[in-house]
Amino acid sequence: MRYGGNTSCVEVRLADGTLLVLDAGTGIRPLGLELEDYSAPIHLLLTHLHLDHLEGLGFFMPLWRAGSELHVWGPPSPTRSLEERIARYLSPPLFPIHLSEIPAQLTFHNVPDEPWEIGDARIEAEPVSHPGPTVGYRLEDDGSSLAYIPDHEPALGGDLRALPPEWISGLGVAEAVDVLLHDAQYSEAEYETKVGWGHSSVAAAVDFARAARVERLLLFHHDPLHTDQDLVALEAQARELWGRDGVAPELAVEGATIELAGRVAAASG
Amino acid sequence: MGVPSVQGRQQKNLVLILAREFASKLATATFIADAEGNLVFYNEPAEAILGRTFAEAGDIRAEEWASLFKIEELDGTPVPLEKNPGGVALLERRPAHRELRITGLDGVTRTISATAFPLLARAEELVGMVAIFWEGQSP
Repeated sequence: MRYGGNTSCVEVRLADGTLLVLDAGTGIRPLGLELEDYSAPIHLLLTHLHLDHLEGLGFFMPLWRAGSELHVWGPPSPTRSLEERIARYLSPPLFPIHLSEIPAQLTFHNVPDEPWEIGDARIEAEPVSHPGPTVGYRLEDDGSSLAYIPDHEPALGGDLRALPPEWISGLGVAEAVDVLLHDAQYSEAEYETKVGWGHSSVAAAVDFARAARVERLLLFHHDPLHTDQDLVALEAQARELWGRDGVAPELAVEGATIELAGRVAAASG
Repeated sequence: MGVPSVQGRQQKNLVLILAREFASKLATATFIADAEGNLVFYNEPAEAILGRTFAEAGDIRAEEWASLFKIEELDGTPVPLEKNPGGVALLERRPAHRELRITGLDGVTRTISATAFPLLARAEELVGMVAIFWEGQSP
């Protein structure tokens, strides 16, 4: 398997060494194994609570160390707190241990309306088009920027090429970033039967990245039913749609590391 | 949660974005205003009532649209902005319904039933309102 089989998780190291983790899919399990000696606070930024973005949390080693300090950020809901919603998964019968019994020191935060700081980084969250409360993130640190919108259907808001930028879901966090990790789950033919499911076709991902004027687009959230061959074909389509100028879109690859001007590094898990 | 872009442009709230897309698919005249009362979108069926396309009109500021369209009771008594359903939805944050006469930019007076409701992204966060106009009176 060339591009990976874990569900969404991205490790981000800031210039000051602060560790941010974007989503807690199954990719967070191997990340946790590498953090045996890590004692500083960890900030987990959840885009939403669909299982493929949360299912790894119970297997994240720092959770089971009494000395760990984990800050969990996520979108607010009009009905239940972030902690209550996560506890629905981290409790019997879906999980043997209740959230309240986890030894690590856990603090839950609704993402603020306004930008906030973690370490030296400026973080911004914006609600995006996907079923249920969901946000996309923008991270800026020491002159570099990264946007993470793994589950997103901006085309549900209309034809992205015809809409004014301020009417495009998620554009506020993605505009002019150095790197955008964006949902590109479907081919055009697949998307036709999956409108409203909350994900993007490759063409929509390219249109969105173009509208946002991003430097580099990474095609993210691969469909588990796609083979490596399917993914290569989608990447080729994205590159054709992108054209010749700038950096060609590429598939996100599990375990890959991206250096942002030598200051921010992100690795897909 | 509106997010200013790096260029200082105010990104529209997701609820407004989805409301606009919803309205664009409806065969019912639908108007969308933001929290300040600015008319930020109306669909094609609404263009027939107002007498001007949205492409021509663009966003209409709150203080402008009240003077562009004459809104009155069925007996001809003027209806102030705060008493029409859209005004009630924004100012009192509750749904409202009323039968009215409206004279659009084409000078034609039409009898309509108007229903409006506030758009609350969260319990305390008003982001705008949606108003639906039906031509003719309710049965």
